[in-house]
Amino acid sequence: MDAIQQELLAQVAGLHEVPEGAYNIRANGEMAGRNTTANIDIITKEDRSGIDIRIKPGTKAESVHIPVVLSQSGLKESVYNDFFVGEDCDVTIIAGCGIHNGGAAASEHSGIHRFFVEKNAKVRYVEKHYGSGDGSGERIMNPTTEIHLAQGASLEMETVQIKGIDSTSRVTRAQVAEEASLVIKEKIMTHGKQHAETDFTVNMAGAGSSVDLISRSVAKDDSSQLFRSRIVGNASCHGHSECDAIIMDQASVSAIPELTANHIDANLIHEAAIGKIAGEQLIKLMTLGLTEKEAEEQIVRGFLK
Amino acid sequence: MLELKNISFQAEDEGKEIEILKNIDLKIEDQFVAVTGPNGSGKSTLAKIVAGILTPTEGQILLDGVDITDKSITERARLGIGFAFQQPVRFKGITVKDMLSIAAGRDTDISEICNMLSEVGLCARDYVNREINASLSGGELKRIEIAMIMARKSKVSIFDEPEAGIDLWSFQNLIRVFEKMHREVQGTILIISHQERILNIADQIVLLSDGRIEKVGSRDEIMPALMGVGQPCKTLADKL
Repeated sequence: MDAIQQELLAQVAGLHEVPEGAYNIRANGEMAGRNTTANIDIITKEDRSGIDIRIKPGTKAESVHIPVVLSQSGLKESVYNDFFVGEDCDVTIIAGCGIHNGGAAASEHSGIHRFFVEKNAKVRYVEKHYGSGDGSGERIMNPTTEIHLAQGASLEMETVQIKGIDSTSRVTRAQVAEEASLVIKEKIMTHGKQHAETDFTVNMAGAGSSVDLISRSVAKDDSSQLFRSRIVGNASCHGHSECDAIIMDQASVSAIPELTANHIDANLIHEAAIGKIAGEQLIKLMTLGLTEKEAEEQIVRGFLK
Repeated sequence: MLELKNISFQAEDEGKEIEILKNIDLKIEDQFVAVTGPNGSGKSTLAKIVAGILTPTEGQILLDGVDITDKSITERARLGIGFAFQQPVRFKGITVKDMLSIAAGRDTDISEICNMLSEVGLCARDYVNREINASLSGGELKRIEIAMIMARKSKVSIFDEPEAGIDLWSFQNLIRVFEKMHREVQGTILIISHQERILNIADQIVLLSDGRIEKVGSRDEIMPALMGVGQPCKTLADKL
């Protein structure tokens, strides 16, 4: 891998060297490295681009890294990755995609990730998106995440897009069975003329299921964001979604929440707050010696931490 | 030394100009100074003018002989003016450690945070990674606010009604903190307060009324008049 690709890898997966455990690194549409373990197998799909990640039941304290980096301007790819997580697992999956575009043509990555998490398994899934390069070509990222949680399973997803992605449409669909829980924490910052859309649909199908969707975003310059969430309660369940956005400059942010309760014991809540940085927060930090710009940066950094 | 020369401040209220402060002249030495007076007398306005949050309509502010009237909030903070808000400001994602590090002007480690928080009666272990948000009580926020001011080691530390919105238990602790500050802190401590126990710590008391200085003097000179010593209360006076 070249220096640009290594930098992307460090940004999206925190990798400065070959990771421990299972991994599959994809660079410019091709496999750049892979390792499997006794409990985690990675198999190349034969019918289309992508991999199957199979994690044996009972696997604990193991991780899988599957970062993707694109540095070839104009490259467009769709990748289908399926995760099969066995019963009683407790694993961490680090994904993420970095695009460096130094040319005039648009570069685009569409990652379609499906998770089949079996009974009582626990997954932490981290996905970071990052763009760099001074080319005029757009950097486009369209991740789709499909989650199936079996009885008692849990998945915590942390998704971060802080810099450099011109356009993104992020679609997440989830089915949550009895006593299963899903937590999604999303952080997005857009600037320039960037546009980001987030679309969550979570169907709580089993008694005692729960979902917590937390989105924090900052829209700067002329960028725009759309947050859409649909939570459907079909059983005795608890659903909460929260969209908290800071708007700056000439940016725009829309939040469209939708809650549907099809069961009398479905307890669903949505909270949304969009606003500029509070003047008193800026003043407080300025009384501690920061300039207005430094105070603004500190507030944004904390908000997205 | 902080010097206010002929400070006036006007604000607009429903289309009418209202004079909040009128020709304030005041010299404040490196002492514990309390500014008191009825609601609406201009105490908080005065404090905010010193910190640069409000700009006076007229007058000059000097810090150690240097005119700081046109200096921004940031410049004044860097010159050594600290300001603790009446209602501490809350943040999402910014922790106690972050704020104390900003206040100290450098990254701080756990032992430094422990020292700073213990000064205000808090245990670092319980607070260092807590966000400065609504999960903290009014009393906790007030003490963290004070710890920030102490971390800055300011020449002039201003506290705007530190007793506001806290319970009796927190107030007792607050008094202890200010008594300790009075003993140990170098420089000027300027407190806006209505509380007798805080006024009783002060070396000097400034009594404001209707935007003007009514009296300035030592605690012994001002407190008896404030507490009505030697005079009957109004109900009794009316009946006499």
